[in-house]
Amino acid sequence: MTISQLEITHDELKHLVSERAHTGETLLLNMGPQHPSTHGVLRLLLELDGEIVVNCIPDIGFLHTGIEKNMEAKSYEKAEVMTDRLDYLNTMGNNLAYCLAVEKLVDLDVPARAQAIRVIFAELQRIASHLVWLATHALDLAAMSMFFYCFNQRERILDIMEMCAGQRMMTTYFRPGGLWRDVPAEFETAVRAFIDSFPKEIELYEGLLDKNPIFLDRTKGIGIFTGEEGIAWGVTGSTLRGSGVAYDLRKEEPYSGYEQYDFEVCTEQEGDVYARYRVRMREFHESLKIIRQALDKLPSGPFRSNNRKFVPPPRAELGESMEAVIHHFKLWTEGFPAPKNSIYMPVESPRGELGVYLEGDGGPKPYRCHWRTPSFVNLQILPKISQGCYVADLVAIIGSIDIVLGDTDR
Amino acid sequence: MKAELQPVLDALQSAFGAQPSEFREQARAVLAAEHIVAAARLLRDAHGFNMLAALSAVDYWPERQPRLHVVYQFKNLDKNLRLELRVPLDGDEPELPSVIEVFPNANWHERELWDMFGIRVTNHPDLRRILMPADWVGHPLRKDYPLGYEEVQFSFNFEEIDQRKPRPQD
Repeated sequence: MTISQLEITHDELKHLVSERAHTGETLLLNMGPQHPSTHGVLRLLLELDGEIVVNCIPDIGFLHTGIEKNMEAKSYEKAEVMTDRLDYLNTMGNNLAYCLAVEKLVDLDVPARAQAIRVIFAELQRIASHLVWLATHALDLAAMSMFFYCFNQRERILDIMEMCAGQRMMTTYFRPGGLWRDVPAEFETAVRAFIDSFPKEIELYEGLLDKNPIFLDRTKGIGIFTGEEGIAWGVTGSTLRGSGVAYDLRKEEPYSGYEQYDFEVCTEQEGDVYARYRVRMREFHESLKIIRQALDKLPSGPFRSNNRKFVPPPRAELGESMEAVIHHFKLWTEGFPAPKNSIYMPVESPRGELGVYLEGDGGPKPYRCHWRTPSFVNLQILPKISQGCYVADLVAIIGSIDIVLGDTDR
Repeated sequence: MKAELQPVLDALQSAFGAQPSEFREQARAVLAAEHIVAAARLLRDAHGFNMLAALSAVDYWPERQPRLHVVYQFKNLDKNLRLELRVPLDGDEPELPSVIEVFPNANWHERELWDMFGIRVTNHPDLRRILMPADWVGHPLRKDYPLGYEEVQFSFNFEEIDQRKPRPQD
């Protein structure tokens, strides 16, 4: 089979381009899958009239890893390892969504301490993810030094994750029923050091971008969609909040104790690339606020559930209790069963609504685990909002939707 | 389940014979495939479910009737309600009407249904594979599709493995 047979040819996409493309009046051009501004392996087939985008046809799936299929072959505990690999900038958030889904399916309690630590990490992860977004988005728009400033700070968050989970990115730190282990003693100092110094960094970023005429020219009035359009297209998260819809699952459907914390849902009315930038910059402050509150009243107590049918007993008990040995053996060989039913668990990832549809069949493996990933859904609006803009603006729009291709392709 | 959902379930039951149920405080209704477009329109226009949050399917092979369940998650942003609709589909080559005219973001979800489950979505403007390569054979998320491994091709066994690879059917 030759390469030309494998590629999607002009013929197969004929129905998606305009009449003018057939006569050669407009130009068909591939952008990606290997292109620095598509933030991963996203391929866009562009129909161009000069420099104006007539049609933009996204082609995804280059990073498809079959995670949903693979999870069906693993027990509930083992399947969690793969959730990190979905959205590799939101690993803790994926763990959280998955653990909450399993806990809801089997009706498992989570101690208050574990819930608070989960919230701290979910918010740290949100900051880290927004930092990568800001770094790459600004880099695309020719503000190169942002990249170094942002990655410098992100490194500090990854260090905190490494301190607790032993891993910088692929943490698998949350487990059904709580956490893998308790946070170390130096955790609180490290997080406080970060949240105390970070507001100054945000000022630095805003100073570099908010008065930068190139950045403003390339973001203001570009890629506009209204709140109604966004809702109809299923857009969620900061991308939708940039269009004036105050929709945040942490407020609407609180999970993991988010209802205890006082924070604001940031919205901007304009709906353009700059509004989405402003929303995420303000969300840095809200995340810091949540982390500070969670740290201040971090409860003591167990870090995982005491329900031995779902959570393995502490190592120390194995030498004394026969029952603990049985539980340990059962959980690590077979796993725990879940009822023959299904649930849908949505959480707010840095990109929007991350939903886990989890179905059990009475056995120890998920019968079906579908991931409703925000990048996949948000990307669908791209062809609509990029029509009539310049190719250079397209780069800004892709950046502003904040997609992660691991999240899109699963 | 929130009390505001009861009238919605009642409406679905009287109009389309949907069977409501509940699990872990989540409401759902099962209805036939021919009603799904009308039901989606009713939910959006009369009950304020303005977002199609998620759309996927579950394969119950070796069951035949129904073999698959298509699962829709609707969200009402104003009243903060969620509702799940399930559509059972029979047989190995099921068909499902598209809800794109009601919720435009169903487009890629329905392409994924075709790609992963082989559900042929009728009235879809662009039913191509979305995640798998265009020449892929089979629908990976079906339960009768093996969780296989691709053998690594080295120079000494390149030809041998190449001959065993699945080919497009046409």
